[in-house]
Amino acid sequence: MSILEVQNVNKSFGGLKALQNVNLSVEEGTIHAIIGPNGAGKSTLLNCFIGKLIPDTGTVNFNGQSLLGMKAHEINQTGVSRVFQTPEIFSDLTVYENVMIPCFAKRDGSFCLNALNRVKSEAEIHDKAEHMMEDVNMADKKDMVASSLSRGDKRRLEMAMCLAQDPQLLLLDEPTAGMARADTNNTIDLLAEIQNKRHITMAVIEHDMHVVFSLAQKISVLAQGTVIVEDLPENIKGHPKVQEAYLGGAH
Amino acid sequence: MDAILLQILNGLDKGSAYALIALGLTLIFGTLGVVNFAHGALFMIGAFCVVTLQKILNLSTVAIDPTKVDFLGNPLKVKTPYIVNWFGEAAGSAIINWSVPLAILFAIPIMLLVGYVMERGLIKHFYKRPHADQILVTFGLAIVLQEIIKACYGANPIPTPAPEIFRGSFDFGVWIGMAENAVIYPYWRLVYFAFSALIIGLVFAFLQFTTFGMVVRAGMADRETVGLLGINIDKRFTIMFGIAAAVAGLAGVMYSPINSPNYHMGMDFLVLSFVVVVVGGMGSLPGAVLAGFTLGILESFASMNEVKGFFEAIYLPSIDQIIIYLVAIVILLVRPRGLMGRAGVMEE
Amino acid sequence: MFDKFQNNDRMLMLFFIFLVLAGPILLAPFGAGYPDLLQRFCIFGIFAIGFNILFGLTGYLSFGHAAFLGVGSYSAVWMFKLLTMNVIPALILAVIIAGLFSLLIGFISLRRSGIYFSILTLAFAQMSFSLAYSVLTPITNGETGLQLTLDDPRILDAANTSGSLPSTNFFGLTMNSTAKFEFFGMVFQFNVGFYFCAVMLILAFYLAMRIFRSPFGLMLKAIKTNQNRLNYTGVNTRPYTLAAFVISGMYAGLAGGLMACTDPLAGAERMQWTASGEVVLMTILGGSGTLLGPVLGAGFIKYFENIFSKINENVLHGWFSFLPDGLEDLIVWVLHFFVGKGWHLTLGLLFMMVVIFLPGGLLQGASHIIDWIRGKKQSSSTQISNPNSMPAE
Repeated sequence: MSILEVQNVNKSFGGLKALQNVNLSVEEGTIHAIIGPNGAGKSTLLNCFIGKLIPDTGTVNFNGQSLLGMKAHEINQTGVSRVFQTPEIFSDLTVYENVMIPCFAKRDGSFCLNALNRVKSEAEIHDKAEHMMEDVNMADKKDMVASSLSRGDKRRLEMAMCLAQDPQLLLLDEPTAGMARADTNNTIDLLAEIQNKRHITMAVIEHDMHVVFSLAQKISVLAQGTVIVEDLPENIKGHPKVQEAYLGGAH
Repeated sequence: MDAILLQILNGLDKGSAYALIALGLTLIFGTLGVVNFAHGALFMIGAFCVVTLQKILNLSTVAIDPTKVDFLGNPLKVKTPYIVNWFGEAAGSAIINWSVPLAILFAIPIMLLVGYVMERGLIKHFYKRPHADQILVTFGLAIVLQEIIKACYGANPIPTPAPEIFRGSFDFGVWIGMAENAVIYPYWRLVYFAFSALIIGLVFAFLQFTTFGMVVRAGMADRETVGLLGINIDKRFTIMFGIAAAVAGLAGVMYSPINSPNYHMGMDFLVLSFVVVVVGGMGSLPGAVLAGFTLGILESFASMNEVKGFFEAIYLPSIDQIIIYLVAIVILLVRPRGLMGRAGVMEE
Repeated sequence: MFDKFQNNDRMLMLFFIFLVLAGPILLAPFGAGYPDLLQRFCIFGIFAIGFNILFGLTGYLSFGHAAFLGVGSYSAVWMFKLLTMNVIPALILAVIIAGLFSLLIGFISLRRSGIYFSILTLAFAQMSFSLAYSVLTPITNGETGLQLTLDDPRILDAANTSGSLPSTNFFGLTMNSTAKFEFFGMVFQFNVGFYFCAVMLILAFYLAMRIFRSPFGLMLKAIKTNQNRLNYTGVNTRPYTLAAFVISGMYAGLAGGLMACTDPLAGAERMQWTASGEVVLMTILGGSGTLLGPVLGAGFIKYFENIFSKINENVLHGWFSFLPDGLEDLIVWVLHFFVGKGWHLTLGLLFMMVVIFLPGGLLQGASHIIDWIRGKKQSSSTQISNPNSMPAE
């Protein structure tokens, strides 16, 4: 069963057609990679999922519900979380507080005037936050201010924040960009583990083919705003159309 | 028809002042990314340049004239300005009479200097600080400048009359072929409007037709890239700040006969000019000018008795005092970006 | 010293209660032990605490908070005129009206953020000021200000036959009654009005502390650091900022109501932009985002305003009389710009100094100095900074 169904999405900026008739379907419980050369429209597509951009035409359905016209926080509340290319975290707050916020958002919804509750006495939130930090191996850094973390840690923190919401669909925008090989491997292991444990559906944008082929169960290749191939990883590797897109029509 | 024309004319002078201040605010915001809460103070300093020049010109020798006595029979003190002593009676009093236009020459170097000192001494250090800090520091500076002027010149307004030939009014209606006494308009307001139009024109021409202006416009669009091109953008921005200060100062100089300079005039105009900038669209120069004149004229229309009466009937008395704010609210609700604002300015 | 208290809320609260209630004794040696000034400490403390809930937590810089203070004052005086001289109904009305007014202004201003928001609130405050000053004269009594008169209805109170204006009271306890004690040549004054304001300040402080420690407060802090992420975390930020705006507006209304309780008149000048600027200064001077900071900032400003305004040239000549005449005159001439009526100049300079050199406020400055002294003592020990000990908490 497909959890995210994208049909005939078009988006243009002025004269530039960033997305043309994109069709995509992400199966529940899988890791779906979206790859493609620079400027193929990967990030634009992701932004259409989370309400940052609104497609000119087409439909984006999540669990049968249209996401178009919904505000960012409404989309998130239906179960879509996103990890950004440059980590978006609450840099002035501690790591622990960073993780607690999505826990509250999950429990209390998009707004709750709980001005007289004490954060201290919210036992279930603390349990969950502690648990999350152990999951991403950051329990020892929980009192650090988030801005003082290393880049890799920031990304892991963001991942923990997204997971704390128990999303049904996790969108990852280049989760290993700029990482050293060892860190990249850690991230791969982490994602695989999350997938094994929690069966969260993931859509991953990625440049690094090593990451893509070690994780993805299905791959869509985007070039010049359209999906040229959508297939299993083993069929993608030698696919002539993919080679053409990447190598500029090498014969 | 003539009533409408009269209101438009009446709105022009305030509109010009709003437009000039808003223009400077937008220039500074667009180029330097700083919202200058002290900009109204620059307008006020301009007006006080006139007061200062007037005082200097009226520095006098005091001589006791034994031939004249006052009603108690004491010899009368006669004050003769140095200017009169030096240049003779006719030329001397003419200079004093023309002190407001002369103050333009006096004010330009002063305002450029004030702008330069402000930018190099204070604002420069705040480019990388959060907007809240920029607002707070310029806000503090506005208080300081205002209080210094108050300490030096006192709290009361000081009249600075226009040259004699511009005092009084003329029949504008007759000029354009209307009935006599239909549209009576003070000379000086027309002068003020013409002057403002000239300044606005000069600023736009400068930005449009000079290399310097081109760089500044490019800087307003994308500061980082222009910096990467190896152009010393900071130096140009300093000059730009000086120009914006001079524009505000000249607006103040020429406004002084309309409204006697007092120490709080800057802040009064600043708040309204901010509204103008917001309505026009943050970062848009034509928007600032357009909104300045529109709001000035609207304000003048709202002060018409018919309009006032109408709003009083629907329980909105003294509509002229708050019309600008009401318009601003409506525009912001309908078109949050302002009349001519670009997307993405101040929307982070 | 303060960071220790910041860790332990109960200690902090007890310390605060002690400080406030013992105010008349503690401050008497500094010449600040008289009721009028002590009341102002409390009232502006409440104002600044409220402002800090908006600015310190969410980072939204409002330049219009004096408008809510003014609205609170007007509402309270109307209650004294129409209903009763008891302060409780007056305060309730002041808070409610200020809350409604801030809901209206917040709803419109919060459509934008950053500089736009600051400008909008400034414009609204200026509009309220000109409304109060001229347009709404039937309600505000324009330039003269709203005052009590002998023939006000006051339907709940017994008929006033004394021929003088009644004074405000708290169920019969008159606000301006004072008990005086002399001790070692010092006069200690215990005033009903002050203790009423003090209790209000303590309640206001307690409530602010609860908000700071609540999930709601955590969300507000998150808005300040990254509004984007919060949106993508499924939180609708608009109602949070609006709630913070209204809460801080209600604090301002309470402060305005208390002003009317201690001195039953209300004028438009309370709504001017300088008054809005003053509360901003109090908050950042003390340290925005901290619990104690705004109260300290308010006390600091009001104390020095009081001292500076009283100094005149004669006093200055007295101070510097030991200097040679010419030098004395020069120093006095320079200083006289900053004292007496020149207090606003000092205030403006202070404003700039704090923003330039001490953006974290006095509390952070103090903790930097403490850290620096400690750092000198144990120079080689490298320690990971423990964020719990940061005063910005």
